[in-house]
Amino acid sequence: MGLAIAFWILAIVSVAAALAVVLLRDIFRAALALILCFLTIAGLYVTLSADFLAAVQVLIYVGAIAILIILAIMLTREVQRGGLTNKLQIPVLVVVVLLLGALIYTMVSTPWAVSTAMPLVPTTPVLAGKLFGEGGFILVVEMAAVLLLVAILGAIVLVREK
Amino acid sequence: MPHQLLWLIFLLPLFSFIIISFVLRPFCNDKPQLGGYTTIAAIGGSFVISVFALFAVMANSGHALPVPDIEWVLIEGGVSIHLGLLVDPLTAVMLIVVTVVSLMVQIYSQGYMHGDAGYHRYFAFMSLFTASMLGLVLADNLVFMFVFWEGVGLCSYLLIGFWFHKPSAANAAKKAFIVTRLGDFGFLAGILALYFNTGTFDIAMLHELAVTGAISGTILTWVAIGVFSGAVGKSAQFPLHVWLPDAMEGPTPVSALIHAATMVAAGVFLVARTFPLFEHSMEAMTTVAIIGGFTAIFAASIGLVMTDIKRVLAYSTISQLGYMMLGLGTGGVAIGIFHLFNHAFFKALLFLGAGSVNHATGTFDMRQMGGLRKVMPWTYATFVIASLSLAGVWPLAGFWSKDEILASSLASQPILFYLALITVFMTAFYMFRAIFMTFGGEYRGGAPEAHGHPHESPPVMVVPMVILAVLAVVSGFWNVNGQFSAFMGHGAGHGPGFFAVLTHPLPLLSLVVAILGIVLAYAMYSAKWLSAERIRGMFGPIHTVLAHKYWFDELYEDVFVRKSMINGFFAGLQQFDTNVVDGTVNGVADGTIAGGRALRQIQTGQLQLYGLFIGIGILAIMLSVLFFG
Amino acid sequence: MLVGLEHYLILSTVLFAIGLYGALSKRNAIIILMSIEIMLVAVSIALVAFSRYIVPLALTGQVFVIFIMVVAAAEAAVGLAIIIAIYRGYETIDATKINLMKW
Repeated sequence: MGLAIAFWILAIVSVAAALAVVLLRDIFRAALALILCFLTIAGLYVTLSADFLAAVQVLIYVGAIAILIILAIMLTREVQRGGLTNKLQIPVLVVVVLLLGALIYTMVSTPWAVSTAMPLVPTTPVLAGKLFGEGGFILVVEMAAVLLLVAILGAIVLVREK
Repeated sequence: MPHQLLWLIFLLPLFSFIIISFVLRPFCNDKPQLGGYTTIAAIGGSFVISVFALFAVMANSGHALPVPDIEWVLIEGGVSIHLGLLVDPLTAVMLIVVTVVSLMVQIYSQGYMHGDAGYHRYFAFMSLFTASMLGLVLADNLVFMFVFWEGVGLCSYLLIGFWFHKPSAANAAKKAFIVTRLGDFGFLAGILALYFNTGTFDIAMLHELAVTGAISGTILTWVAIGVFSGAVGKSAQFPLHVWLPDAMEGPTPVSALIHAATMVAAGVFLVARTFPLFEHSMEAMTTVAIIGGFTAIFAASIGLVMTDIKRVLAYSTISQLGYMMLGLGTGGVAIGIFHLFNHAFFKALLFLGAGSVNHATGTFDMRQMGGLRKVMPWTYATFVIASLSLAGVWPLAGFWSKDEILASSLASQPILFYLALITVFMTAFYMFRAIFMTFGGEYRGGAPEAHGHPHESPPVMVVPMVILAVLAVVSGFWNVNGQFSAFMGHGAGHGPGFFAVLTHPLPLLSLVVAILGIVLAYAMYSAKWLSAERIRGMFGPIHTVLAHKYWFDELYEDVFVRKSMINGFFAGLQQFDTNVVDGTVNGVADGTIAGGRALRQIQTGQLQLYGLFIGIGILAIMLSVLFFG
Repeated sequence: MLVGLEHYLILSTVLFAIGLYGALSKRNAIIILMSIEIMLVAVSIALVAFSRYIVPLALTGQVFVIFIMVVAAAEAAVGLAIIIAIYRGYETIDATKINLMKW
């Protein structure tokens, strides 16, 4: 019961925040709306019993990515205006609405094989085992590390002074 | 005799051509006489082998000598063409004709062409021609023969246009090639039709096929007509006769060899070779006879008014070829070929004589000659002998063969007999008109740039003429008691006998007609009892028609070629090419450019548009999966 | 009422659609980047929902989401670096003005 209320509140706030990101004229406010969206998403993870993920969501998305975005906004202060749209607005709207409709229809009409088992709590040890343990995704972890290294190098190269 | 020697008959002149072209002309150009010696040696060798071949065929009682053939083309499940030689009496006779005349002409050419810059080229082409002609005669299947047929035509083109920097010679060569091409087209069609109906090109099988009815009535007639059209082209019969008088632009020995004795006889030979086709088709035989007979009188009538001595001889050749066709069409192979045999010798001799006269006076126009009998006795004597033989005066060679033709045409197509008889008169008349204008009277100066007084030709030119003159006298005796007909396989010899002229009416009639012609010529041009100019005045319109050769050249060149083809058909094709073909190609290019210009608008450089297209694509896939499963 | 799988999925779809609209029709490059982040988050929700409702004991969806977060972080860093580099060169971050690849 509580879960349902929490879900609805969080869902509506997140959708509103996302709309705010896209529609607000002041870009800084849009960034703040984005942070709100991420936080509500973290709450939704909690309702889904993904506790570790919720923590990581706040840490990474809010703590790093959103900060980075605000940094970039600061650096490009003079020229920005949020909210301006290019001339593709109407076609994109049409396509998006159609896509939305098609996807919802698919989701609603597919008989999902929902299981009745109770979720695991806490998930952290299991996740650790899945990532680093026997028969886990250790290779992907390593590749992720390389990816991060490449991203760092790339970002540095792109913005350094000649 | 070993059959490999038979292959040498045409390979020897071919080797001579190769040696002269690739060895002598590049490297020994300062010793031109080597080219002549090579050719004469090669053809001499061929002549010797031909004589042996003749005796071998005679010893084989007139059947073909066995010669194993070589497989040439073998296509799985269909075409198989062999190369082989067919040496039967017809072949043996033709071999003798070609090698003897060619040999005499080559010897003569050494004198006539002396000092000419193209001496090597001349003998190379002469060798190639002789090789092709001998190959044509020896071939045992129609495809092999067609190859040599075309080779002969090619050499004719090369030799007529020998002095190619003269526009008239170049045009004459083109005309010869193109006109004979028209005939060759029919010939090839005939060969292919024969192949599609019988599956073979072999000549020896033609007799069986025609007899057993493997080729039926109409197809047989059409095949025969096709083959005959090739003969019409090569032998300059009406209506493809226009090239032969123009072919006189070539050197005179060329005219003697090719356009008197051998190549033009190839058409007659072809009809004789494929005679089983004609024997079994009444329509084809009649066609041959009618065209032959008509051509004979047609050409003789034009020859009456010609002033160029070679033109007279050219029209005479066309006329005599018509006689041969008439003989083939009414009587059979032996009669036509016998006339070919005799005609080759005296006609070649006549041309060599004309060449000799040209060598002395520098011109061919008879109106500028005269009185040459006093200074060129040998030329005069041989020319007269040959003319008497041509006119058909007993007991020279031409009498016997012409008499046979008259007899057989009387038996089958009487109208043609009367035309032929009139032609006898005309033939005698124009030949002796030529003699009296050229050799009689007083010398009228010759060509304006000639070097003073004419004199007899050197021995290298006179000796071949004498040899041919001897042959012109005696060659007819082969059929005196019918041995030639028997040899050719046409029944027991029913020769007239040496003194038949005194006992049978027909030979006597033809002899009298010939002598009348000679007398009239004498009256008009020698003793001048009748004035030639007054007679021309009396027959004015007829003379004009004859002098313009019935306007056939104008008909072909102006009406057909210029107006309908060049201005009409070809111009239309050119329009088609420019507008439709080029238009299509340019249109494709223009269309592509326009399409590209339109399509490039998509490339706006903005990723969001591309992202939109991706979205549309995904949407399309999703919707199609949803709706169409 | 009971919240089921479909609810989470529909939420995820709506967020994704909003993100897509923003990514394709906004001029400001930073807004485009933010919209892309929204899309990534939407997908993460869908994955975790599947993991929770269909195979609750396997946690594969959550592992996937961890890696998505890694990638999102890397991509945000590089993307912002690009935007700053463009700003240095063109004095603008208007996406419609960056059209060197136009024909």
